[in-house]
Amino acid sequence: MADGLADGPWAELLVALPLAGMLLALPLGGRQAHRLALLVLAAGPVLALLLAAQLWQGGVVGVALGGFAAPLGIALRADGLSVLMLLTTAVVLCATGLAARAGFAPRPGQGETRAGLLFWPLLLALWGALNAVFLGNDLFNLYVALELLTLAAVPLVCIEGKPEAVAAALRYLLFALLGSVLYLLGAALLYGAHGTLDITLLAARLQPGPATWMAGALMTAGLLAKTALYPLHLWLPPAHAAAPAAASAVLSALVVKASFFILLRLWFDVMPALAGLGGATLLGGLGTAAILAGSLLALRQERLKLAIAYSTMAQLGYLFLMFPLAGGGTEAQPWSAGAWTGGVLHAVSHALAKAAMFLVAGLVLQAAGHDRIRALQGLGRAMPVAVFAFGLAGLSLMGLPPSGGFVAKWLLLTAALASGQWWWAVPMLAGGLLAAGYVFRLLNPALSAGEGQGWRPVRRRWQAIPLALALLSVALGLAPLLPYLLLGLGRSPAAEEGLG
Amino acid sequence: MTDALLPALVLATSLLPALVIFLLPEPAWRLRTAVNLAGAAAKLALVVVMLAGVAGGATYELRLPLVPGLDLLLRVDALALLFVTLSAFLWLLTTIYAIAYLGDGPDQSRFFGFFSLCVAATTGIALSGSLITFFVFYELLTLSTWPLVVHRGDAGSLAAGRRYLGYTLGGSAALLLGILWLESASGPVEFTAHGRLVGLDAGLLRGCFLLMVGGLGVKAALVPLHAWLPAAMVAPAPVSALLHAVAVVKAGAFGITRVVLDVFGPGLVQELGLGLPLAVAASFTILYGSLRALAQSDIKRRLAFSTVSQVSYIALGLALAGPVAAVGGLVHLVHQGLMKITLFFCAGALAETLHAHRVEELDGAGRRMPLTMLAFSIAALGMIGVPPMAGFVSKWWLGMGALQAGQPWVLAVLAGSSLLNAAYFLPLLHRAWFLPPRDAEAPAVPMFRREGDWGLVLPPVITAAAALAAGLFAAFAFSPLGWARLIIARDYGL
Repeated sequence: MADGLADGPWAELLVALPLAGMLLALPLGGRQAHRLALLVLAAGPVLALLLAAQLWQGGVVGVALGGFAAPLGIALRADGLSVLMLLTTAVVLCATGLAARAGFAPRPGQGETRAGLLFWPLLLALWGALNAVFLGNDLFNLYVALELLTLAAVPLVCIEGKPEAVAAALRYLLFALLGSVLYLLGAALLYGAHGTLDITLLAARLQPGPATWMAGALMTAGLLAKTALYPLHLWLPPAHAAAPAAASAVLSALVVKASFFILLRLWFDVMPALAGLGGATLLGGLGTAAILAGSLLALRQERLKLAIAYSTMAQLGYLFLMFPLAGGGTEAQPWSAGAWTGGVLHAVSHALAKAAMFLVAGLVLQAAGHDRIRALQGLGRAMPVAVFAFGLAGLSLMGLPPSGGFVAKWLLLTAALASGQWWWAVPMLAGGLLAAGYVFRLLNPALSAGEGQGWRPVRRRWQAIPLALALLSVALGLAPLLPYLLLGLGRSPAAEEGLG
Repeated sequence: MTDALLPALVLATSLLPALVIFLLPEPAWRLRTAVNLAGAAAKLALVVVMLAGVAGGATYELRLPLVPGLDLLLRVDALALLFVTLSAFLWLLTTIYAIAYLGDGPDQSRFFGFFSLCVAATTGIALSGSLITFFVFYELLTLSTWPLVVHRGDAGSLAAGRRYLGYTLGGSAALLLGILWLESASGPVEFTAHGRLVGLDAGLLRGCFLLMVGGLGVKAALVPLHAWLPAAMVAPAPVSALLHAVAVVKAGAFGITRVVLDVFGPGLVQELGLGLPLAVAASFTILYGSLRALAQSDIKRRLAFSTVSQVSYIALGLALAGPVAAVGGLVHLVHQGLMKITLFFCAGALAETLHAHRVEELDGAGRRMPLTMLAFSIAALGMIGVPPMAGFVSKWWLGMGALQAGQPWVLAVLAGSSLLNAAYFLPLLHRAWFLPPRDAEAPAVPMFRREGDWGLVLPPVITAAAALAAGLFAAFAFSPLGWARLIIARDYGL
């Protein structure tokens, strides 16, 4: 039994199933599409867990599709990092799918809507693309997956056809395509210089030289545009705020993490030795700017969804501190790869927390018809469970215990102080305080007295969906050992020793 | 088996009620009350079991790995039990009081949910066996207290809540930085292994101590980090009781105790020259708090500044670093809690029943509410340090300790503070017992209904009696003093 599980085609299924679901959902039409989509989504966590078991028993999973070996065929590779991201994706998408029924499932007695027809296939396409990114082991395949991701994500922003959403989506598309072009240019340069784009082969063959430097810089810049790192963040807040809440949840939680994931592969797996101190410091510096600017902007927003979107911009900044801090100060500590693990845990816990927050924002919109922060008095009484979920998710953003964000920050801060790079600790702590500022600014009116006028009641089971996500982000803070051990499987040596 | 189970159980007795109460619908007050009281009673029973065990030399330990080498660690030692016993005992009484105080007000499931969560956090703080565990529960306390402070939801409460968070989260950032800086050099720190910090750079150690004690000093209301505490007076009376006697302020003071005794160790603190500055800061706070209290005409604000002053006795005792002074500081952790909670219970009852919020409004209160005012008077006299009350015992040991440590100037601080305490408490007693009521024709209330709800009267009477007993029976082994001597004897290896 155990052997059978360990040999199953879980990695292949994780890519194929969503795409097959998407193709089937289109002809089925809006009445059935959401059922099919939910069914397929429900299989996600199971498949991801099976893949985790496979990894746990047999080490890094490598698959050559169709039996063709790496330079020719498409290779899939699952290490601990992949599996953790796949798990997070499956869980967040499941929750989002359930929550999206409120807006996109057909209502009895009403006809099909264009949004209801398109949403579900797009969601499945997005999932397939994410899985392909997390399993890809070839820089060109990663490009294809990233393009598919963009093409699924952009229409999700403007699926309701509101004019401001269309404008935001166009801006998003512009940045994303620019990023793609830069990435593709870099990949072409690498291929010209080394004759392969397979990550494993490339890492072994890589020679320093102008072409390699240039390629690395171009690909990094392209990926930064897609990850919305300051100052390339301009597209993110309007797009994530204008999209329907369920779409925002996926975009903020997962889509920006996909391009970041490729960046990690590029720096830690492909060219760890070439990444000089200067590059890593630059990324860290931009991350710092993102933390401070994003948090300050989030503090000034009048609308709930915009505030959450700016918070995403800030939280993404923490991820980039991994680059200068990797390998820092493991000597006095009993654990290894502290900063790298901290960064990845931050990505996961932010994904769970941010999805929960956007889903709460969706419930607020549904109940109140607006999301103006000042006019949310009495929210705590109208939907206590959702407000509680929002607060719990806020813990992770503030980096306060008990939450995954806290453990992540603990590891990152320890690395910063132990390696003598205390200046990275300052923005991390300041960012936490600023996050407390904007989270409590949102909670304040919710807890103030006064009955909300004209709140439409929201059932508790809808509120339970974001609560489940928020609780998971808390659980990650109480039991991070399992993800920690998982991340150790197939981890790049550069994660322990540092870049350069 | 039971060694690991007991700490988990004692935490669960307040964590589980919190979770259950959150899920209860608003009208289910019977069930809510039952869950509340059952949790509090179960916790008290478990504490008694552990007291017996620890007195006999046992320790209970529960370890939960976070990442390799970094553990959430709950450990029951004598110092932990000092704090747990206090909070378990006072929590039971505060729950009874709060149920009566809130009556049929709104949002009670939220209130009692966070109330229980607060006590769970306090228990966790007490049982923490390592710095990270301490920090986790310390922050849980910060966050679960906030909804209680803003419970009323009016503009004043929200402003107080903002100020509370601004101060405490700033303090937490400093504390976190101090902890991480220390641990980045030494590896994870647990509260048992003395001497692991030997050999580290003195500058680093001083910086860490400053950051940690400064961060903890926010909750412990060391001047100039105290301004949130008087502002938080807008919270309902049971919350004030919780803030001042059981949980928040005490968590700060307890944290300073842990840092001095179990992280650095008194020897190292003296060696680094850190004891005297802390003692001076604490002394300044003691006098400053008393002076400010003197100027307040709002009863609860006066009590709040009195807390600022009184809690610093704890830090003072530990900073002097002699075993005798440390006993005085530790025992005051309990004594101050018993006395101050009595005062706040009474202030709340006076406000509810007589609508007396200001000092002048206390005229004749002794005739209207003799039991409440009796409890108030006992606690106030104890605060002043009149023998044989609890406060006298604390001050005696502190004074002896100061002489033993060669710091006779502390005696002047203690004497000055006692005079000031008398100056701001005695007028209240005088008004209540010796002046006629303001409204001459007070409504004719039957004798047994005079004091208002029994749930508001019984708790302060019990705590006042406990404060009295703690002074009278101080020589017993299981008195607060006896237990504090046990802790110090074990810690100093006497």
